[in-house]
Amino acid sequence: MSLLDVHDLAVRFAVEGRHIDAVRGVSFSIEKGETLALVGESGSGKSVTALSVLQLLPRPAASHPSGAIRFDGREIVGADERTLRGVRGNRVSMIFQEPMTSLNPLHTIEKQIAEPLMLHKGMGRSAARARVRELLDLVGLDNIKGRLKDFPHTLSGGQRQRVMIAMALANEPDLLIADEPTTALDVTVQAQILKLLKDLQARLGMAILFITHDLTIVRRFADRVCVMNDGLIVEQGEVADVFDDPRHDYTKHLLASEPGGVPDPAPDGAAPLLETEALKVWFPIGRGVLRRTVGHVKAVDGIDIAVRPRETVGVVGESGSGKTTLGMAILRLIASEGGIAFDGKSLQGLDFRDLRPLRREMQVVFQDPYGSLSPRMSIKDIVGEGLRVHGMGGGDAGRRRLVGRAMEEVGLDPATMDRYPHEFSGGQRQRIAIARAMVLRPRFVVLDEPTSALDMSVQAQIVELLRRLQADHDLAYLFISHDLRVVRAMSHHVLVMKDGKVVETGSAQAIFEAPRTRYARTLMAAALNLETAPG
Amino acid sequence: MTAFRSSDPLTRRRLSNFRANRRGYWSFWAFLVLFLVTLPAELIANDKPLLVRYDGGLYAPFLVAYPETAFDGDFETEADYRDPFVQDLIAGKDGWIVWPLIPYSYRTINYDLPTPAPSPPTAENWLGTDDQGRDVAARLIYGFRISVLFGLALTLASSVIGIAAGAVQGYYGGWIDLLAQRALEVWGGVPVLYILIILASVIIPSFWTLLGLMVLFSWTALVGLVRAEFLRTRNFDYVRAARALGVTDRVIMARHVLPNAMVSTLTFLPFILNGSVTTLTALDFLGFGLPPGSPSLGELLNQGRNNLQAPWLGFSGFVVVAAMLSLLTFIGEAVRDAFDPRKMPS
Repeated sequence: MSLLDVHDLAVRFAVEGRHIDAVRGVSFSIEKGETLALVGESGSGKSVTALSVLQLLPRPAASHPSGAIRFDGREIVGADERTLRGVRGNRVSMIFQEPMTSLNPLHTIEKQIAEPLMLHKGMGRSAARARVRELLDLVGLDNIKGRLKDFPHTLSGGQRQRVMIAMALANEPDLLIADEPTTALDVTVQAQILKLLKDLQARLGMAILFITHDLTIVRRFADRVCVMNDGLIVEQGEVADVFDDPRHDYTKHLLASEPGGVPDPAPDGAAPLLETEALKVWFPIGRGVLRRTVGHVKAVDGIDIAVRPRETVGVVGESGSGKTTLGMAILRLIASEGGIAFDGKSLQGLDFRDLRPLRREMQVVFQDPYGSLSPRMSIKDIVGEGLRVHGMGGGDAGRRRLVGRAMEEVGLDPATMDRYPHEFSGGQRQRIAIARAMVLRPRFVVLDEPTSALDMSVQAQIVELLRRLQADHDLAYLFISHDLRVVRAMSHHVLVMKDGKVVETGSAQAIFEAPRTRYARTLMAAALNLETAPG
Repeated sequence: MTAFRSSDPLTRRRLSNFRANRRGYWSFWAFLVLFLVTLPAELIANDKPLLVRYDGGLYAPFLVAYPETAFDGDFETEADYRDPFVQDLIAGKDGWIVWPLIPYSYRTINYDLPTPAPSPPTAENWLGTDDQGRDVAARLIYGFRISVLFGLALTLASSVIGIAAGAVQGYYGGWIDLLAQRALEVWGGVPVLYILIILASVIIPSFWTLLGLMVLFSWTALVGLVRAEFLRTRNFDYVRAARALGVTDRVIMARHVLPNAMVSTLTFLPFILNGSVTTLTALDFLGFGLPPGSPSLGELLNQGRNNLQAPWLGFSGFVVVAAMLSLLTFIGEAVRDAFDPRKMPS
């Protein structure tokens, strides 16, 4: 008998008088001690499936038209609250994606870890405290023991995720459900957390249901895999079998869509289109009543870069390394010191009016396609706004034509230009954001994590689109990303940033194949092979 | 504004949320009907006829002032159509008179009362007369109109100023925000009622000067709200994208940020309207409001207090004020439901 047996499970949501079938009859099982990965793109129903196991879906909006979930022989679907409480957090635990919001900010770390112990095991205060220390040891947070009375905001993202894992392991569950537990973390931290989970599994013998969209993680981490698409499991089996010999078209598509390839070589010897010299963005730290400046947060601290036409300069680094600040400073969207020259002309000190003609030639695409489009404007207005500002395209009809052409260029149907952003998917929205930049025929584009919020297969398409646009229009890109695979697929030249400074710089090939500094090596190993620091 | 395009599912959901609040929905229609009916108050309650037929000619006295001589009377002054003498003159030459529903204006004094003013309700004066012999029903109709119009004007003026001030503070932030916030705190500390009372003793306020005075103090209501929305929205990616496109600050504020702030602002408006109406009524009640003789609900309530032997004054004033404020509050609740993102239509 399997530990968990899900049979023909369906989940239906009632939304505004309609039904949405999020999961349409999936069956899988997990044996003791094994790791099963549920992979799929956003909206495939993988998280909903996982939440059903603990019956955590919102009632009465969600219902199960069919299906059975048997945990250790006991039926979960329709079980009463008492039975469920005995399972939740006791036999089955869950860790969530977002460590920043899944800990209660008003309770101390100790209280949060001790809660399941006191609830399910009926432990006393001192026994619980001893167990909390033991658990923190287990998840590799022995340096936190002195800070048990601290609140979650004093911990980093990786530390919080470890606390979450400690909470989940408190009662030695038989099954751990991990819903994208590393997606919100930096790559080096991600590698550490995965290693920790693997070690803990070996030591405690628990089964793990791992939900992710990241195929690299599946390949290195799971025993078996279920590929989900549109509420159905389209393929399942041993990881090696599925990855080496995918049967279903969707699996093949998913495997083929990992960003790959290298960019076309950039022409040599062209004069740099954009150059910075010792660019600095320092935010003052104020103290006391008069906000006297006592120091600075050096977000960007003396950076020199040069971007040539048809060339992509990749900027990589972990969160907080100053990558995005650098991009915003170059576009003069935040104040900075040091030299910025575009086409030989200094940008520093130009006022709004003088800068305006140059804005046409320097554009930006942001990370989050949901946040970067004004929700109350039609696509035509969003894409055409720059044209209007710069008096391009003549009248309304001329602008419509240009907007239509830009939409065609990024692979969207121009007939949809009078719709609103919410009618488009994430990938389509990112295409709209790209069209907004491209319609002005810029020469230099800052791409601030343009693929990070997108599904894997969409990422590959966007990378392809950006490469084609670069070739067609001789564009210079500054490509900011923490995703090294995408950077490798796009960049000619790479800058590795840490704490506002450049740690290493060189051609993409040199950086990826033979990183010289220790930090760059750590980053590469973590990002490309999910390995922790080689020492 | 695109918010009213019915093709937009968000708007559709808001409308259906608004309709789902039955009480608010019906209050909205009831209020709209009352407002539209009282708006042309001159056609409903007037001491001048709507139409006079006299000697083959047609006259519209409620629009044009005709001298009594036009009807072969004696005086060059405007004809008093309530005078039996004038009525006889008109009837004498095959004429007829079409009166409004209530043949009294707000300032018409009925000298032909069965009892001394204030006189109780009769078939002639449906809700009785006030202490100067003026028809209460007519005064209520005019009073309702002026209250709502004053409230709307005050709401509109203070919203425009408040939104502009909040937008500038929130969008630019920093020192502008800091200084303006402190200035607002000082301004908010001014005792409004005393200022109005003092000013009312210096100048006799008209509708417009009273409106101006009250706008001075009521525009601050929306500032905090709009400021917060702008502070939140100004760092959104689409605002940064617009700045990267070279869009001017003013256009960014109007096109990109303001639509976001409008939701919370619109939610607030019915309650601001309510507050404005209440303030005007309160000032009138105290005698510091509209100029003497104006048809005002507050003044009627005051008369009701001074003439407890004539309960129809206080009752009719109370019923109208209570109904108006309740309707506005119910509408406000429905609007709040409509813009509530968590509320699903049932």
